[in-house]
Amino acid sequence: MEYFLQQLINGLTLGSIYGLIAIGYTMVYGIIGMINFAHGDIFMIGAFVSLAMFLVLTAVLGFAFLPVVLLIVVIVAMLFTSAWGWTVERIAYRPLRGSFRLAPLITAIGMSIVLQNFVQITQGARVKPLPPQIQGGITLMQGSTEAGTIVVQLSYMQIIIILTTVVLMAIFTLLIARTPLGRAQRACEQDRKMAALLGVNVDRTISLTFVMGAALAAVAGLMFLLLYGVIDFYIGFLAGIKAFTAAVLGGIGSLPGAMLGGLLIGLIEVFWSGYFTVEYKDVAAFSILAIVLIFLPSGLLGKPEVEKV
Amino acid sequence: MVAAAGKEAPTGGASARWESDPILSVEHLTMRFGGLVAVGDLSFNAGRGDITALIGPNGAGKTTVFNCVTGFYKPTEGRIVMRHGPGRQAETVEEVTNSGLRWKKEGDKGIFLLERMPDHEIAHRAKVARTFQNIRLFGGMTALENLLVAQHNPLVVASGFTVGGIFGLPSYRKAEQAAIEKAVYWLERTRLIDRADDPAADLPYGAQRRLEIARAMCTDPQLLCLDEPAAGLNPRESAELNELLKFIRDEHGTSVLLIEHDMGVVMEISDHIVVLDYGVKISDGDAETVRNDPNVIAAYLGVEEEEEIDIPEVLEDVSAAAGKAGTGKGGKA
Repeated sequence: MEYFLQQLINGLTLGSIYGLIAIGYTMVYGIIGMINFAHGDIFMIGAFVSLAMFLVLTAVLGFAFLPVVLLIVVIVAMLFTSAWGWTVERIAYRPLRGSFRLAPLITAIGMSIVLQNFVQITQGARVKPLPPQIQGGITLMQGSTEAGTIVVQLSYMQIIIILTTVVLMAIFTLLIARTPLGRAQRACEQDRKMAALLGVNVDRTISLTFVMGAALAAVAGLMFLLLYGVIDFYIGFLAGIKAFTAAVLGGIGSLPGAMLGGLLIGLIEVFWSGYFTVEYKDVAAFSILAIVLIFLPSGLLGKPEVEKV
Repeated sequence: MVAAAGKEAPTGGASARWESDPILSVEHLTMRFGGLVAVGDLSFNAGRGDITALIGPNGAGKTTVFNCVTGFYKPTEGRIVMRHGPGRQAETVEEVTNSGLRWKKEGDKGIFLLERMPDHEIAHRAKVARTFQNIRLFGGMTALENLLVAQHNPLVVASGFTVGGIFGLPSYRKAEQAAIEKAVYWLERTRLIDRADDPAADLPYGAQRRLEIARAMCTDPQLLCLDEPAAGLNPRESAELNELLKFIRDEHGTSVLLIEHDMGVVMEISDHIVVLDYGVKISDGDAETVRNDPNVIAAYLGVEEEEEIDIPEVLEDVSAAAGKAGTGKGGKA
């Protein structure tokens, strides 16, 4: 029981990070029907900007008070990463908007390679470590088994990650449901041309969608950095694929679906590692995706495509 | 009524309102698709406060004209001038044309060269709204939300570019309330108030047509372009549409440009009719003039082949097609 609870907490933490990245995939897919394969690398850039900012603030400028440092880091990371997301859309996707469906997909893969190599060249290929910043936690339970005592711990790091995710999700849900921008995004999702004829600046709405996705990916990047303590130029690939899987599992195009999918993928991975083998955790996650898609082709919360007559 | 004022010579003479006070001028508009000339050197004016009908047989290029006016297509050649404020403002039009600007606005007056503007600016700045022949509502959103999307631009400003909207600041709440009131006004006008919270896709066909018009009106247009608004309506709904369009013209002072096949609707409500055939204008004037114009009768009912086709390109196309089909001359009855 204690073991299960601990794995549940770990799974939710990892799932939160996947969920935040998955939102970027799902929103972009929703509005322009394209899979932005460079999104995982935007997440990676978010992690790198966070690391750089951390080092500048603590080692160079000598700030010591962690909450302030974290706040500055997250804001700077969001701004920088958003700028990257905006630029990628502007130079690589917008010119191809009128083109055939596969063109932006191929560019996205190209963009992903470009970003990875750019970071590899400028930052080096070696892993970058960050010493643990947030330590300690709350002991929830203690139990003993034949193997010894098991402690269920909820670390402060995990609390921060889960709380931040909940807050960001709440803000985003409000944004989509209540603001004119969210309404315009939903309108563009359904009929871009018509939205334009009602005075919605479609290009700007799409750009803002990329910016929002990138900002969330930056937060996920910072969380990843704090949780694992090491990053390299390649982390965006696997995290990106996982988050994409999460978005598809939850029903691509659906915001709550992305979050649910992220949590599920995180949980599956952690439980599989905990109860079976660590080696096959990715296989388990992708197998579940395959099984779900056989029975629910539009994902868990996705709307089935209705054929118009 | 407004429409009756200032129209001493409704037969299309120089003093007709669409000549002296046009809200929209289409000048030498040409639209080619590869070798096909959909619209060839078309010029016409739509008067301020008038209901102007664009009619013609199928394939005459009416929808193409609409698509050029609303920024759907970039015309191959020609100028499309939208005017805010009275008169032709000829000097300003020339000034804007030569300056390379897209539009110029001073107070209530404004000149907008639609062929230079992207579609969202045409709706937002030039205040031209349109509906489609095949209904294009946001089916997954409620009727009310459809009308709120149409008020996107004022709401974005009021929401402090989104930030205020998330936190529900008072100023934004107020603006949103005003937007909802306007939406409710149009929902009442179009008898849709009971269905305000239903997804637009669930409404019956006639109601969807009315909702499209309501949505277009929520953008505060000066010119409302309707592409076959009466298509698929039963006689009662069609009569209701006539009333709605007259209401829009008389009470809101919105000029209307419409494409319509239902001659009952056209003849009853139009102040001015422009007839197209094969992409060129064959007649222009009030209902009486157009009804008696031999060209119009010929286009609609067909005449002997030789007289009927007098445009070289069309003649070529038709004879080529006829040659392929091996059936002699192509008629267009």
